[in-house]
Amino acid sequence: MSVADRPAAASAVEALGGVDRRPGVPKPDPILTVDGVHRRFGGLTAVNVDHLEVQRGSITALIGPNGAGKTTFFNLLTGFDKPDSGIWTFDGEDMAGMPAHKVARTGMVRTFQLTKSLARLSVMENMKLGATGQRGEGFGRALLPPLWLGQERANEARALELLTRFKLDTKRDDFAGTLSGGQRKLLEMARALMVQPRLVMLDEPMAGVNPALTQSLLGHVKGLREEGMTVVFVEHDMDVVYDISDWVVVMAEGRIIAEGPPAAIGANQEVIDAYLGAHHDAPLTFEEEERQLAEDHARARAEGEGRT
Amino acid sequence: MDWGAIVQNALRAAFGLEAAYFALAAIGLNVHFGYTGLLNFGQAGFLAVGAYGMGIAVTYFGWSLWVGIGVSILAAVVFALLLGLPTLRLRADYLAIVTIASAEIVRLVFRSARFQPVTGGSAGLQNFAGEFYRINPYDTGVYRLEAVYAGGVGPFDVVRVLLALALLWIVVDRLLPGRLPGSRRPRVAPSAADADESVASREVIGLREIVLLAVAAVILVVGLSPVAFNERRMWILTVGWGLVALTSLLVFLLMRSPWGRVLKSIREDEDAARSLGKNVVSYKMQSLVFGGVIGALGGLVFVIGNQSIQPDNFGTPITFFAYAALILGGTARVFGPVVGSMIFWALLSFAENALQQGREAGYISNDFLTSTQIGQLRFMLVGVGLMLLMVFRPQGIFGNRREIDLSVRR
Repeated sequence: MSVADRPAAASAVEALGGVDRRPGVPKPDPILTVDGVHRRFGGLTAVNVDHLEVQRGSITALIGPNGAGKTTFFNLLTGFDKPDSGIWTFDGEDMAGMPAHKVARTGMVRTFQLTKSLARLSVMENMKLGATGQRGEGFGRALLPPLWLGQERANEARALELLTRFKLDTKRDDFAGTLSGGQRKLLEMARALMVQPRLVMLDEPMAGVNPALTQSLLGHVKGLREEGMTVVFVEHDMDVVYDISDWVVVMAEGRIIAEGPPAAIGANQEVIDAYLGAHHDAPLTFEEEERQLAEDHARARAEGEGRT
Repeated sequence: MDWGAIVQNALRAAFGLEAAYFALAAIGLNVHFGYTGLLNFGQAGFLAVGAYGMGIAVTYFGWSLWVGIGVSILAAVVFALLLGLPTLRLRADYLAIVTIASAEIVRLVFRSARFQPVTGGSAGLQNFAGEFYRINPYDTGVYRLEAVYAGGVGPFDVVRVLLALALLWIVVDRLLPGRLPGSRRPRVAPSAADADESVASREVIGLREIVLLAVAAVILVVGLSPVAFNERRMWILTVGWGLVALTSLLVFLLMRSPWGRVLKSIREDEDAARSLGKNVVSYKMQSLVFGGVIGALGGLVFVIGNQSIQPDNFGTPITFFAYAALILGGTARVFGPVVGSMIFWALLSFAENALQQGREAGYISNDFLTSTQIGQLRFMLVGVGLMLLMVFRPQGIFGNRREIDLSVRR
């Protein structure tokens, strides 16, 4: 099934159709706007993003070699790390300096590269934890079950619905620690949906997942877009990036070096081989990496100009 | 050797003042460590703050004991806030370092000569518990947990028979799962891999059943009539065990609520809890305060029972004995710390009495072991026992082995 068959995918592609292919390009309807976010670890500049906009209702892939600062960028945006400078807004709301739990409550929910399933809680408890605005989470009210039991049942029903969708409903009473790696990825994504987010940020959702499950995970990610959510994800597997993303942002050494639709980013065979494909996990020297990135950047731009 | 006396003393210790206040200290630690994953190594400090809060309010300011108890609880809250504010944002190890040091600082401040007029220095405080014993509902006399009947069947004999039947039921149910009417059938494993795992890890008779059988045997043969206390001790024990029951009930209610779920999620992975919109620092603080106040209640029971506050009774060993009791019983289990504390003190008493009697009877030579050394050796023996427990049953008496195995990060 091609991406364009789906209505939401079609509209996302259409909306991004007229957008320039250069780093920091403005989008027609951005849900997330980032300006001048810097993060240094000692002498190393881990993240240095001048401007980035994420189109509402799209699936945006964030790619780049190891150490490019993708995960640090995620951490900064979601409040898990503090930048040295920079501002960013989510749906018009200023997010800079907001602690992680408030970011999640605002509707911007992330998952982790190394899955964080809560091993000694059951799958169902994992899910119910994700629900926001729970009355029974206050110390005093926790002691009076009639105040929260109704809400708890509603959350349970919603959780079961999601678990069924993610094919985890038979595991509902098992400890999350007994699940396989792929099932944990599914659980983490389902749990993030319990928060009812508008923007889902997935850090390497396919890492360590077997190919059969990858297909099902891809379907779920596309499903998020169908439901009107915006998805930003970090991924190394280019097949995945081509398959599901509407827009690709390339990071290297903390900076955004290229943006564009997946076909434009990956059309050039040399780019795929040199940077994204065969060697991208092999150790590169900084000089060589920079040269490849510059080439990639130049081609992407040339290609972009060619089409518009 | 008088084995009867040894068993009687062990039984008495299981219900005694030490077991009661250690149960409270361990319940507090269970909230911290068992449910929230906070490494509080300064529970002794919470007991001390609880004891001295009331002691100073009564002896120095001349306030009523009941106001003093309020001061104790308030002091424990303040102490928890002081410990938590700088450390709860940091990694777990920092809390461990800060709490172990703070508990010692508290003890050394209370025993210092500088504050002698207020805290009594190394002599501590006395004469504060009068109001408590003035409302003692027990008349002067000796009270037994089981009345002694000259002949015939007493009301407790009925309880004994019921207890024996209940235990027999539990054991039969374990041996023949699903055979008894109304018993819970073993859950059908959802997948083949799970089925293999559950068969491999299933114990036909576990330590829990053995402990239950041993306790049942002692109660059936010896009975509880040797467990006797005078009216004052009986009064503080009633209040102490009442508090144990009340706090256990609170822990039970809280830990099956969404509030308890957040605490457990913080224990498992606080970043995951944060990513789901939970204010992790606030919950850790609530846990630290709640468990600390329970510890302070333990300190109150301890000093009101002894009618004396001694600073050196609040050293670091208190914290580690409470941890031992908690792990023995099983962490993150409502009754784990209570049963753990009772067994811990019963074992200590058993080891001490058995060694003492063995020495008096000539089985152990005086050259090998003096009577003062016995007090030390009992801790070694119990320590070895706890080590063996950790090797063969790390989940404690009430814990679930599969759950413990999951805690190893994969």
